[in-house]
Amino acid sequence: MSNKNIYLPYLMRIEKITDEAPGVKTFRLAFEDKAEGEAFNFRAGQFAEYSAFGEGECTFCIASPPTRRGYVECTFRRAGRVTTGLAKLEEGDTMGFRGPFGNSFPIEQWQGKNLLFVAGGIALPPMRCVIENALDMREKFKDITIIYGAKSVGDLVYKEKLKEWEARPDVNMVTTVDPGGETPDWKGKVGFTPTVLEQVAPSSDNTVAVVCGPPVMIKFSFPVLEKLGFKDTDIYTTLENRMKCGLGKCGRCNVGKMYVCKDGPVFTKAQLNGLPPEY
Amino acid sequence: MNNLTELANKLLGDGTATKVIGYEEAHGKTRPCFCTEAADTGRLVLDERCTNNIAVYLTKPEIVGGHKVAVTATLPVLRTMVQLAMENQLPDGTTAIVSTESGEGLAVLPTVGDMERVVAGTPLDISGKERELRERLKAMSREERWQFWLGEMSRCIKCYACRAACPLCYCTRCIVDNNCPQWIQPWASPLASMEWQISRVMHMAGRCVACGACKQACPMGIPIHLLTLSLAEDIQNEFGVAPGSVMDHGNVLSTFKPGDKEDFIR
Amino acid sequence: MENLHITNGQLAQWLDDMRRDGLRIFAPVAQGGKTDFKFLAEGDTVAEDYVQTAQSAKRIVLPMAEVLFSYRKHGKDIEVANPGTDRFNDTIIWKARPCDARAMRQVAEVFTRDYDDAIFEARRSHTTIVAFSCNTCDDCCFCTSVGGSPGGTEGSDILVTTLTDGGGALVEVLTPKGEGLAAKYLAGAARADGIDKQAHLADVRVLFSADEVRAKLDGAFDSPVWQEQSERCLGCGACAFVCPVCTCFDIQEDAHGARGRRIRCWDSCGFSMFTQHTSGHNPRPTQAARWRQRILHKFSYIPEKLGEAGCTGCGRCSRACPVDMNISEHLKAIAGHE
Repeated sequence: MSNKNIYLPYLMRIEKITDEAPGVKTFRLAFEDKAEGEAFNFRAGQFAEYSAFGEGECTFCIASPPTRRGYVECTFRRAGRVTTGLAKLEEGDTMGFRGPFGNSFPIEQWQGKNLLFVAGGIALPPMRCVIENALDMREKFKDITIIYGAKSVGDLVYKEKLKEWEARPDVNMVTTVDPGGETPDWKGKVGFTPTVLEQVAPSSDNTVAVVCGPPVMIKFSFPVLEKLGFKDTDIYTTLENRMKCGLGKCGRCNVGKMYVCKDGPVFTKAQLNGLPPEY
Repeated sequence: MNNLTELANKLLGDGTATKVIGYEEAHGKTRPCFCTEAADTGRLVLDERCTNNIAVYLTKPEIVGGHKVAVTATLPVLRTMVQLAMENQLPDGTTAIVSTESGEGLAVLPTVGDMERVVAGTPLDISGKERELRERLKAMSREERWQFWLGEMSRCIKCYACRAACPLCYCTRCIVDNNCPQWIQPWASPLASMEWQISRVMHMAGRCVACGACKQACPMGIPIHLLTLSLAEDIQNEFGVAPGSVMDHGNVLSTFKPGDKEDFIR
Repeated sequence: MENLHITNGQLAQWLDDMRRDGLRIFAPVAQGGKTDFKFLAEGDTVAEDYVQTAQSAKRIVLPMAEVLFSYRKHGKDIEVANPGTDRFNDTIIWKARPCDARAMRQVAEVFTRDYDDAIFEARRSHTTIVAFSCNTCDDCCFCTSVGGSPGGTEGSDILVTTLTDGGGALVEVLTPKGEGLAAKYLAGAARADGIDKQAHLADVRVLFSADEVRAKLDGAFDSPVWQEQSERCLGCGACAFVCPVCTCFDIQEDAHGARGRRIRCWDSCGFSMFTQHTSGHNPRPTQAARWRQRILHKFSYIPEKLGEAGCTGCGRCSRACPVDMNISEHLKAIAGHE
């Protein structure tokens, strides 16, 4: 019997806050206890429970890659009680962090393959972790294509990262905004992400696709990938069911025989085919 | 075929209703049931054993959406339907089937006006037992009463069966489900459960038709209906409106009249 | 472990002695027209004439509200205090039913798999279950349909079977914890000899086969049966809260200015808010979907993991339901469904 209290969060100091888009912030967090920080490891795709003391806990992915040590980053949109509480915090404030939880992207298995990342809106953060993880070991992969769309130019997150990725010759970066979301000086594409995916038409040959975004984007992207010849076992996504414990106990994220917090959040489309559509 | 089945079939047949909400017998008691075709209606019963307030289904889109509904209404159900109509919550075209006063026949009440006439002609009579319980509570000192309710609330498990069974608790998002701000502590404890009951009862003030569905639903047997009944008595004393009566001018606590002595709303 | 035969007087004395010793005893007591477990206080009488308590005994190991930790803000700093696990007292659950005792194993499975929940573990280690076999049952009972028995020993530290001929009780001492209790309070009791326990148990009819239900549930996700069965369901949490197996919980904040506590409290998959995202998107938007989840979780998903249903047939949900969502009736219908 372990005496560890599994509900007790690490205390984290907010080192840096970046405003990404209206209502969207990125926090860079450092472990208050340096030893805890050094012992901390995670894999791309895993998530955590973030505490605003006084408000509660909220679930999001770890957005920074495991290859960059010493800190973790999270990006969130202010929506409910906890994210509103988090958004009020300032640099230097303390918050809580429990994790890492869940499975991860099998990035080692992708070596020698082309990678296609398709992300929509606030779902770039879960993808950023795996993108940067891949870029930090760039030589292990063949072509890397990133297709990222948001409602409007203002809603694009990680604007600096996007520029950085765009500037890289070894990344094919496509950015798009929904029709009507463009600004006069917008140089990217205009169109819904699945439509743009169809136009870009990346080859499915020896390629793994990772799709993260709002349910409607995922719903319309899957058939496009299928048309492009992607196998269901080569399409990955993350599920975002409501969670509380992250430990496979509270029951909230139970979908079929799976607990998204434990058996997920990363699933292949082939796995999703075997799950009830309760996500 | 009994009269009720015959009548339900007629309403389903002539298009007056596409769904009949009624009662069926099961496990020696009755429970709500739903009939959409003549083949279903044989099980309908309507007698003094029918104590669920089935008007609770009238505000559920999953049940009434796309349907014209007929309800086999006991008197408490009918009172609820009148109250729902006053709060603009009774689906258009809802019909009531009631037992006639003699108890032998059945009558169809096609309009809210018809329902109101029956309700107005049958003032609510709170049973002697409830009256006695209420009097016993009133006779307590404030401190005794607080201790009594704390004791009762210590058995509350916050399953919200009281809320679910109440036909007038129809908010799509209840105050307890709101967490911005968190008005009421969501877990069960004597005080947190008391907070919930006080909120529930205040929301029912001047609206409760004293059907007792909350008490009947409570799996712990907490007499929570005494709270609403007590408040109903206060409303009657202060505003002259009896619970379950037909109100001409809206709910007393949410309707402002120019002649009111309070001027906070001006 | 041994079997003892005690007289009715010894049985009464056993409880009296434990009460006199000041043990914390959680036992069925008549309250508000129902019989339910409570900590025995002076003047309380343990209920005799009832089939089943309103609630299960699970709240001894899984309280309705459990403090997970507390915190205090000092400017930009936070101080977190782990409440620890040395605050719990020994508790005896007296007169649990075999279905309750059996359920404890499944509750424990949830809180010990993958991540050990130290708070739960500590509560459980302080709990001793003295279960009583059922001499009577009612129409809601169906333990025998889900692999249980009115005299089942699984999960109990001691199982007492009162003998219906008035000849005392059979005491089966089942675990070291039970032995400790028996050594202290039943020293000198006669060894049981030739008692036909079965003859004293309630006759709980088998209503359906759990295996058949499980087989039928495979591929039943899109069946119209969920809509039909759930139509009258009001969406309250009574069934889940009285259930001895249901463990789903919420984590909430009890904030008071600079101080606060994080609290685990009961939740239910029957509530519409259970799965609703902040965005408003709800993976289980209808009561039919929520009812389906309740049934599939207990009779398909849990059996896949544990090899037995997530239900011990205590029938409490059926008794508690305001609109008679009778679970065995529904399961029987599913088992017989084409």
